[in-house]
Amino acid sequence: MIKEIDLCAAEGIIKKYTDGVSDLISVLQDVQEAYGYIPEPVVYVIAEGLNIYPSHIFGVITFYAQFKLKPAGKYIVKVCTGTACHVKGSERISKEIKELLKVKVGDTTGDGRFTFEEVACVGACAQAPMVIVGGNEYGKVTHTEAKKIVKKYQAGKK
Amino acid sequence: MTTKPKIIIGMGTCGLAAGARAVFEEAEKYIHEKKIGAQVIGVGCIGMCHEEPLLDIVMPKRTRVIYSRVTADMISKIIHSHIQKDKPEKGHVLSQMLPDDGANPYPSIPYYEEMPFNKKQHRIVLKNCGFINPLSINEYIARDGYEAAKNVLFSMKPEEIIDTVKRSGLRGRGGGGFPTGMKWEFCRKAEGSPKYLICNADEGDPGAFMDRSVLEGDPHSVIEGMIIAAYAIGANQGYIYVRAEYPLAVKHLKVAIAQAREKDFLGKNILGSGFDFDIDLKQGAGAFVCGEETALIASIEGERGMPRSKPPFPANKGLWGKPTNINNVETFANVPQIILKGADWYAGFGTEKSKGTKVFALTGKIKRPGLIEVPMGIPLKEIIFDIGGGVADGSRFKAVQTGGPSGGCIPAELIDTHVEYESLIAAGTMMGSGGMVVMDDSNCMVEMARFFLNFSTDESCGKCVPCRIGTKRLLEILERIVAGKAKENDLELLASLGGTVKTASLCGLGQTAPNPVLSMIRYFRDEYVEHIKDKSCRTGTCQALSRYIVNLDTCKMCGICVKGCPVDAIADGTKKTKKPALIDDEKCIRCGICFEKCPFGVIYTKGAKKAGHVKEGLSEVKV
Repeated sequence: MIKEIDLCAAEGIIKKYTDGVSDLISVLQDVQEAYGYIPEPVVYVIAEGLNIYPSHIFGVITFYAQFKLKPAGKYIVKVCTGTACHVKGSERISKEIKELLKVKVGDTTGDGRFTFEEVACVGACAQAPMVIVGGNEYGKVTHTEAKKIVKKYQAGKK
Repeated sequence: MTTKPKIIIGMGTCGLAAGARAVFEEAEKYIHEKKIGAQVIGVGCIGMCHEEPLLDIVMPKRTRVIYSRVTADMISKIIHSHIQKDKPEKGHVLSQMLPDDGANPYPSIPYYEEMPFNKKQHRIVLKNCGFINPLSINEYIARDGYEAAKNVLFSMKPEEIIDTVKRSGLRGRGGGGFPTGMKWEFCRKAEGSPKYLICNADEGDPGAFMDRSVLEGDPHSVIEGMIIAAYAIGANQGYIYVRAEYPLAVKHLKVAIAQAREKDFLGKNILGSGFDFDIDLKQGAGAFVCGEETALIASIEGERGMPRSKPPFPANKGLWGKPTNINNVETFANVPQIILKGADWYAGFGTEKSKGTKVFALTGKIKRPGLIEVPMGIPLKEIIFDIGGGVADGSRFKAVQTGGPSGGCIPAELIDTHVEYESLIAAGTMMGSGGMVVMDDSNCMVEMARFFLNFSTDESCGKCVPCRIGTKRLLEILERIVAGKAKENDLELLASLGGTVKTASLCGLGQTAPNPVLSMIRYFRDEYVEHIKDKSCRTGTCQALSRYIVNLDTCKMCGICVKGCPVDAIADGTKKTKKPALIDDEKCIRCGICFEKCPFGVIYTKGAKKAGHVKEGLSEVKV
């Protein structure tokens, strides 16, 4: 069953902006904040509101890593793969969490609870390797600790 | 002078990652419960990331004392002893700051400024980070904040400001190193209006966090630098383009801009000077290429962040086709100090061509990682060994990567190189924005090159062919080398293709993407040859080129690896056989399952180079 998308929130967001196309990225960021992703019907509402082509908007959405056209999970699990984390073994952490959650990079688990992402540097290199789950930062984690952290969220203890 | 005890906690992203939030909450809870009249303040990063979480206490008329690696359960002990009895809790104390305003120092606590990590540093850009509450404009003002802006608005002509910045020798801190004063002059003289000012806070270089720390810890210094620059070039609208991956920096900037507007430092007719200037925040959306000026401009305009060819330069045709000046966060943060203390004072630091100080993020396999600010021209050796304390865990220093995916590495034999723009370029790398990732003997230089190329390939915007296809082909070559499928002439191919991508790419991303590979081949050619010809990775990093070895002495004979091995290459290793596991290298397919499954971590990897039998307590390997 396809869920109806409530477009009111999007219309409210567009009204806040007045500069047309140069507000596009800000509008998309607000929309993603409100919906958790950018629902396709909203793209057409934005196109009308900012007076630009939907193709332009899809072009921008797919260019930037931040924007998602699919809903994200309740918790976003981010493994930092920046240089400092890489030299301290983030690749293995990423691999093991992927196996634990049974997803690929950028995908969401079947139950809709976890989205797995790799990010290129969160700027906390001295705490490398870094893992961020649901907005909480965990520094200097080993691959076993990283798995334990994710498991805690899986068990709903956190 | 403090009248109430102050508890200061480092709450930058790095502090939070180390657990500062729990410490902060516990401290607030404790003083509330015990009804202690103290103030708890969160500050930005002071730079000592290796000692996080940091908690400092300032008692009235006493020096500021720093506690390191603080956890929530230490709070009651520390506060009870220090605040209630005025006796620093010796067990967790790190150091105290040099006394100012006649404050009374504590006996037998070392001074912070004299610690090896701090001794060779000089803080201009970071002078407030970790010292003021970044959410309070009054604390910034109390440390001469906005004085420089007032000076220029009321007593300097734009040309005088440009001249001062030129004489100071300040060069772009984003990596390029273009003289800032000249850049401002181009924009001032460019025809067209309005003019725009942009602060590039899209710190995308993985392994770098200088700008993040400044934005989190001292956002007003950047805003003030921008006001001065705007007045100098004649711009009335500014933008700060900041990465969305830095939520705390975004939050602090939003607060700081609102406070600056309230205090009349931003907006119409600033402080009655007749000059209008305001700043809007634009958040990047996760594209490394947007650190390039023209791509950044496209992104602010609401387009895909793709660069265009230069000229015309942004100084003539920038945002919406109007004259635009773009500087990096650290560049702006230097400006108020240059105005306040003079060009000569600033030019007194550094070398002939690289003036002032530079902030570096020192990370990787280093004993004391952190954020440091040093005078330009300092020998690399002093940064790595004196400030950073050398390589962690006693292993051997191999190389340091500067300039991130656009830069290169400096090997151990060039450790005496002086850190300045020109000498780093001569060494085959670059200053970059200031990331320094230290690598030790366990890091494979082929794998590192693959890592950087993978990043650049991912981040290539796809507009020009040399970058879009060239980086991909380079990556494929490196991937096959790492996988043990190298072709004879791969090394030559890397060098020639790398040269082409550098020459023919449209923007800085492509022009610098081959740098890590080329510089690693230059200094670590042997390692590349070993990978290609001997099919061996001496560090044991590249799985296909390593052999798996069981440590005979520590094998617990649990049998897990034996069961896990898909090709039955492991003999013994169970309680029944009472012998430690033995891996048959000829049967082994290097899948790594035994290594991953071993619960005791006694299986390790080593280069596959034929060395006969390995002895000294290691499992014998048939080779």
